[in-house]
Amino acid sequence: MAETVYPRIIASRVRGQLAYPWSFALDVAAQVIGQAFELVTIVVIFTQVTTLGGFTASEVVLIYGLAATAFALTDLAVGQVEELPTFIRTGELDVMLLRPLRALPQLLTADIALKRLGRVVVGVAALGYALASNNIVWSPVTVLVAITAPLLGAVILGSIWVAANALSFWLIDSSEVARGITYGSGFATSYPITVFGPWLRRILCFAVPSAFIAYFPALALLGRPDPLGLPELLRYSAPPVALLCIAAAALVWRSGIRRYQSTGS
Amino acid sequence: MSAPYPQLVRAGFRRYASYRQAAFAGLTANVVFGFLRAAVLVAVLAQQGTVAGYDIPTAVTYVWLGQGLLSVVQLWPELEFSKRIRSGDVVIDLGRPWDLTAAMLATDLGRAGHAMVVRFIPPMLLGIVFFPFRWPQRPVTWLLFLVSIVLAVVVSFTIRFMLSATAFWMLDAHGVLSVWGAVSGIVVGLIVPLAWFPQWAQAVLAWTPFPAIMQSPIDVFTERGDVVALLGHAAIWSVLLFAACKLMLRAGAKKLVVQGG
Repeated sequence: MAETVYPRIIASRVRGQLAYPWSFALDVAAQVIGQAFELVTIVVIFTQVTTLGGFTASEVVLIYGLAATAFALTDLAVGQVEELPTFIRTGELDVMLLRPLRALPQLLTADIALKRLGRVVVGVAALGYALASNNIVWSPVTVLVAITAPLLGAVILGSIWVAANALSFWLIDSSEVARGITYGSGFATSYPITVFGPWLRRILCFAVPSAFIAYFPALALLGRPDPLGLPELLRYSAPPVALLCIAAAALVWRSGIRRYQSTGS
Repeated sequence: MSAPYPQLVRAGFRRYASYRQAAFAGLTANVVFGFLRAAVLVAVLAQQGTVAGYDIPTAVTYVWLGQGLLSVVQLWPELEFSKRIRSGDVVIDLGRPWDLTAAMLATDLGRAGHAMVVRFIPPMLLGIVFFPFRWPQRPVTWLLFLVSIVLAVVVSFTIRFMLSATAFWMLDAHGVLSVWGAVSGIVVGLIVPLAWFPQWAQAVLAWTPFPAIMQSPIDVFTERGDVVALLGHAAIWSVLLFAACKLMLRAGAKKLVVQGG
């Protein structure tokens, strides 16, 4: 049943969004501008300095391109999970749990925001530019990294998003806490981790593994030494990290759903 | 009966004061971004010493003032007013014996006052504890800083008001508001100091009201630039934009169709 239900749900959401075409066009524009302005920030910084954390402008744009594409894909696919606190508070989650479908896919398809494609376009454009403008030695390995990095990055970020928002099963008013984790890791991935101090860097590498989304794959693509001297193996570790992230997110989500008691009426 | 506006300022303050837990929970994202943004600017300045007059303490103060002021000026608008226009509830607001624009501004100033207590001071304290901080050199700066914040709230309010009021014509102001949400961070000087921008961009922005929302109060606090010019710019724009709000509301009210029996 699920195979036929979700395409229909998604199609109806798509039609709904096109009902106010002007507003939709502006929404897309806002997404494009929002994502592009992060790039503007990097460009403005590089009008003042020649390197940032030991990386040149086009190298940072490569990190940004990988991060932005992963972020945009995550936002498109699981951005809806941000509504979980609202759904818990209003009791809408109860309705979802009663239906003969799984709760998480229902939540994610509750509103597929097409406007977020605007972000994907900017991310892919920046990535394409950076791949062309950096001196990358193309081999089967680098091609594979270039293709898989944004996708694996989206899996890692998506897991972080689901787990962070599932905190609202335990905490009241946790949406800002979740936002600190999700948008914070999104922001941090756009910069070389050398920019951040040692303890912030440890959080970004290991606790919230966002360094595997853009920084390490970028090192693999550029074939350059890590200013931090971290083991080379980390550059190719995104696949196992992504698997670990999925497992961790699933664990958090399941234990959250299991202990969930409705807010009542 | 005296004018209701002072009461509205108080009511705006109290309305937000009733959700204490929400106010503090809301700080989390704000503080995380403070640490990350400060780290980026410190990394920039670590190699260069100073950039466009910013040394590390000034840059860090810039970041934490920005994180604190973010909720005070409320850069990202709420949809409440545009929804009242769309649903027609705005008719009730227009029918009351007050100037609607002034009443909404009064409520917003109350909200901002509350935000100063719970959203401005805590991130500032963190910034002071964890980073080198640049305090004002002259005592009068504190007073001027407060004035600049009030003007910043007024300018920010008028822009939010006018964008929401596009709902009179477009029905759904959501798109317009989200474009502002995307653009505002950079044009008001929240993300990168405006002084780091290329000359032409700085010249263009000087002719807009946007710097008055964020960069000007920060410049007043860190004692950069001519304080009379900064406050004068903000004051002129406050008056002009407030007048524009009233004109826009009058035009919108004419457009309004009320259905019903």
